[in-house]
Amino acid sequence: MTTQVRTEPITVNLGPQHPSTHGVFRMRVTFDGEEIIDVEPIFGYLHRGSEKLAEERTYVQVVTLTDRMDYVGSMLNNQAYMLAVEKLAGVEPAPRGVWLRMIASELQRIASHLVAVGFLIQDLGAWGTPLIYTMREREKILDLFEMLCGARITNSYLRPGGVFMDAPEEFWPAMNEVLDELPPRIDDLDDLLTDNDIIFSRTKGVSVLTPEQMLDASITGPMLRAAGVDWDLRHRDPYDYYDQVTFERPLHTAGDNFARYWVRVQEMRESIKIIRQCEKLIEPGSVRPEHDDVPWLLRPPVGDAYAAIEHSKGELGFYLVSDGSISPYRCHVRAPSLINLTLLRDMLVGELLADMFVSFGSVDINMGEVDR
Amino acid sequence: MSKAWDGAKLADAIRESLPDAIVDAGGTDVWIKPDSVPDVMRLLRDDAEFRFELLSSVTAVDYISYFEVVYHLTSLTRNATAVVKSKVGFGREEACIPSVVDIWRGADLQEREVWDLMGIIFDGHPNHKRIMLWEGFPGHPLRKDFATYEQSIVPESERRVPSALAGEIGDGQG
Repeated sequence: MTTQVRTEPITVNLGPQHPSTHGVFRMRVTFDGEEIIDVEPIFGYLHRGSEKLAEERTYVQVVTLTDRMDYVGSMLNNQAYMLAVEKLAGVEPAPRGVWLRMIASELQRIASHLVAVGFLIQDLGAWGTPLIYTMREREKILDLFEMLCGARITNSYLRPGGVFMDAPEEFWPAMNEVLDELPPRIDDLDDLLTDNDIIFSRTKGVSVLTPEQMLDASITGPMLRAAGVDWDLRHRDPYDYYDQVTFERPLHTAGDNFARYWVRVQEMRESIKIIRQCEKLIEPGSVRPEHDDVPWLLRPPVGDAYAAIEHSKGELGFYLVSDGSISPYRCHVRAPSLINLTLLRDMLVGELLADMFVSFGSVDINMGEVDR
Repeated sequence: MSKAWDGAKLADAIRESLPDAIVDAGGTDVWIKPDSVPDVMRLLRDDAEFRFELLSSVTAVDYISYFEVVYHLTSLTRNATAVVKSKVGFGREEACIPSVVDIWRGADLQEREVWDLMGIIFDGHPNHKRIMLWEGFPGHPLRKDFATYEQSIVPESERRVPSALAGEIGDGQG
């Protein structure tokens, strides 16, 4: 006679105050033994009503709200918002300002990917060391931001048509020092982690998503490229001066947790290439249009505009509606962090408890942007 | 560069298959009837001329006299974008539009967000619940008649009445 261990489904509440949920995310997970059989994500613990708040602020004041959406990608948020404002108001940006904001947003992309990779490895159980390695590099980038605009996280650096302040003299040598140091550090990451047997066995083949599934679920960014879809808005729909720089789009075909990790590591190298090119192409000049052309109190004509960029997490879009007054009539954010969670249930069901937070971390979300 | 579909051209192209769906077109936008949303969206996704595999964004705007649901579509194969809009809830009646979740699953969380914050019912959504706020929250905050000023630190005399509430959209006074 064979004896079978009887298991009963058990429902566990994870979060919102859980250190592995990257903020205040909550999941109601049903387990059968160690296997996940159902997941219900619950959002909203960081909802601050940013879109409503934007309706009471001037176009320039809204920049501060965008900083606080994805707070590890503030420069990128600023950029997406500014592109929408410029499209709405018909502002012609100043070239030096555009180059500066491209440099800033590529630096931010590296910083954001460092956070994503560091925490992913942390979730895998490599406690402390890899995270501190990535945080150390991110810290140097944040120091550069401090030189650019005085802030490290909530930058508010961009303005309609450019940036509010030119980079100081000492910024350029400091940036070059950081860019020289970064590639060996990324190689270190590669040596320690990308070829690591434990990482292989824990991440390969876990939470696989197919390109068809992801397109259907509007998933964009590194997740989509990790399944072999060559879709990068910087390449396919170049905004700012991305059509003047060349870069590769690292693609992986597996669509699993390892592929998502790998794509992010490789993208950091491409960002360094882009910054080097920007540095060569940037020319002296004004960093934002004259005040007479673009006043602080913008009053865009009645109408609407949607602008999207390739954020470190996916397609970040701003949909702005103007009624001709000094505040946006409506400001909608197409948040990649929220939309990339659409398939969370599909990713997790059938996987093990130990892989849950790894898969969740590989989506790379930021609760500030999920809940807004 | 991505090609943005011209509104009039897109309307003509849709009219070939679905003659009654179009209400209006202008700029890069096409306005369609709420009832024909599933048919038009299925056509835009599957027809070889359009191939809009990716639903970029679903959102809604409160224009006081009606609500406008806005869909931003992206085609990877054709590297093109399109904007499809639909007006619902005229005269601030209950606003309802068919859900597109069975066409693009990406609409799932976004439609729930629009219902939660703007109060538009998506008919046929498999999990039609609030997402950011809790069940039982009074009202839908992104509607223009939702009062946000009670907690405001600005004195009442200095508060700026949204031009929309005064019924004068676009008076430019701000």
